[in-house]
Amino acid sequence: MISVRIRKRYAPARESAGFVLDVEFQSTAGITVLFGPSGSGKTLTLDSIAGFVRPDEGRILLEDSILFDGAAKIHLPPQARRCGYVFQNYALFPHMTIRENLAFAADRIPRLERHRRVNEMLERFRLTEFAGRRPHEVSGGQKQRCSIARALIVEPRVLLLDEPATGLDAPLRQELYSILRQVRQEFKIPILMVTHDLDECFALGDEMLILRMGKIVQSGLPARVVEQPANADVAKLLGIYNLLPVEIRALDPGRNSSRYRYGNHELAGPYFPGRLLGDRVLLCVRPDQLRAVACEDVRPMNAIPARLVRVEERHSSVRLEFSDNVTVDMPREEFERQKHTKEWMIQFPISGVRVL
Amino acid sequence: MQIDWFPLWLSLRVAAISTLISLVFGLWLAWLLTQRDFRGRNVLDAGVTLPFVLPPTVLGYYLLVLLGRNSPIGQMYEWLFGQPLVFTWQAAVVAAIVHSAPLLVLSARAAFESVDHTYERAARTLGASEWRVFRSVTLPLAWRPILAATAVAFARSLGDFGVTIMIAGNIPGRTQTVAVAIYDAVEAGNGALARTLVVIVSAVALLILSVANRTAGVYPKSRQAAR
Repeated sequence: MISVRIRKRYAPARESAGFVLDVEFQSTAGITVLFGPSGSGKTLTLDSIAGFVRPDEGRILLEDSILFDGAAKIHLPPQARRCGYVFQNYALFPHMTIRENLAFAADRIPRLERHRRVNEMLERFRLTEFAGRRPHEVSGGQKQRCSIARALIVEPRVLLLDEPATGLDAPLRQELYSILRQVRQEFKIPILMVTHDLDECFALGDEMLILRMGKIVQSGLPARVVEQPANADVAKLLGIYNLLPVEIRALDPGRNSSRYRYGNHELAGPYFPGRLLGDRVLLCVRPDQLRAVACEDVRPMNAIPARLVRVEERHSSVRLEFSDNVTVDMPREEFERQKHTKEWMIQFPISGVRVL
Repeated sequence: MQIDWFPLWLSLRVAAISTLISLVFGLWLAWLLTQRDFRGRNVLDAGVTLPFVLPPTVLGYYLLVLLGRNSPIGQMYEWLFGQPLVFTWQAAVVAAIVHSAPLLVLSARAAFESVDHTYERAARTLGASEWRVFRSVTLPLAWRPILAATAVAFARSLGDFGVTIMIAGNIPGRTQTVAVAIYDAVEAGNGALARTLVVIVSAVALLILSVANRTAGVYPKSRQAAR
């Protein structure tokens, strides 16, 4: 288990605004994803754990040893921390072969044991065949496996990964995910992974920490976080919602219903707990929860007219962008049937929406 | 014409020894300067660069004061080796070091700094000591420009005149290096000797520079391969 509580302040300089990293979290065996935009302090957090950066105050505890303690002035060097670190560009030593890269890490293991251990890792990560090659002579996937194997050979107590999937094509990405799942199962250590890819959080994350401007703004299971973003900032960060300004006009807890005003239209929704009449809030609704329908003789229920601005083809659906930044995802076949529609209506769901 | 080859041999010997010492000393200093801030770093930095801008006679004067027979260092040397340091061929070695080491320090420093620090970080997380990081990662990744700089430093040691004449003097057959010998030959009106030595020194320097350029030229590949 790793427990982190750190603060690090960077004073504003001539060309950069000040920045304060102030995070606190714990994670046990399994994959914890640090999600956030660039500059939110994700990598800084990893670097503090690895010992490259010295926080101003706080404490980092890994299993039963103190890696950092501001008050007691403890700051172990990276060498003494036993943190496996997988760098963004793998950082395999270019002047060593794949085998030598692993052997470099295994230096502290007794000689006889070392050889066996290197071979075992080469085998396990399917690298035996390429063991004699230099990093620039092997493929991206092999490099990636080598860098993970190298980090794990020292039997680290935590594995840190800094955007490991950046710049990988889809098949390699899938391979990485399956390796990491395997690592999660075979090595019972906490794995902290930095990413700014929401799909990756879903693919791997047992736990998700959302960072924004140096702070953790929400944490939890990825599915749960997406279902219930804690506030408008988180919802914006996740970037998967329509966030529409609305005013609450009626609330009825008995019938679990409400009415709210969006633009010049009044729409029906579920009861919003903890809100008052007249509150101006953001309606949080996913593009796949909205339906775009043709405005024909029968006026659809709970819908507003909208003007189609842009159509974006996606692999499984079509994304329609309407005026006022409302986006709607529609199955491809449905769009094929309706694509000649001139006047559109957007139908809002009665339940399943939230306000923030 | 009878040519005295002694100055040439002396110069080559002095250059070889001084380059070797400069290399060890220079790598250490350069590594120190690439490390995180420590007290006195700026002073050290300036001190290393100073020989570049000071006139050789000024440097020579300082060394004379520092290493002369009345100075503590000079007396220590005399006690250890049974002879004074100044006005011997060993003093010419010191002169050559002062002349060539700063170049090595600056080049080695640039070479160390050009190594992607991620490799060093990676080595540290894998438990490698700072010395092992330097020996197995930084140095192997920076050796090409360092080798090139060493060759240039060797060529530079061959050519020192000012500092050498100040602290080693101009004693034919003992401390007269080739640069000093050329000056001597011109002064004495021995044009033939001066011409011969000038041609030889130029040829050696040219050879070394072309080797150095070739060594350094291949360098960028090793970094790209890392990606």
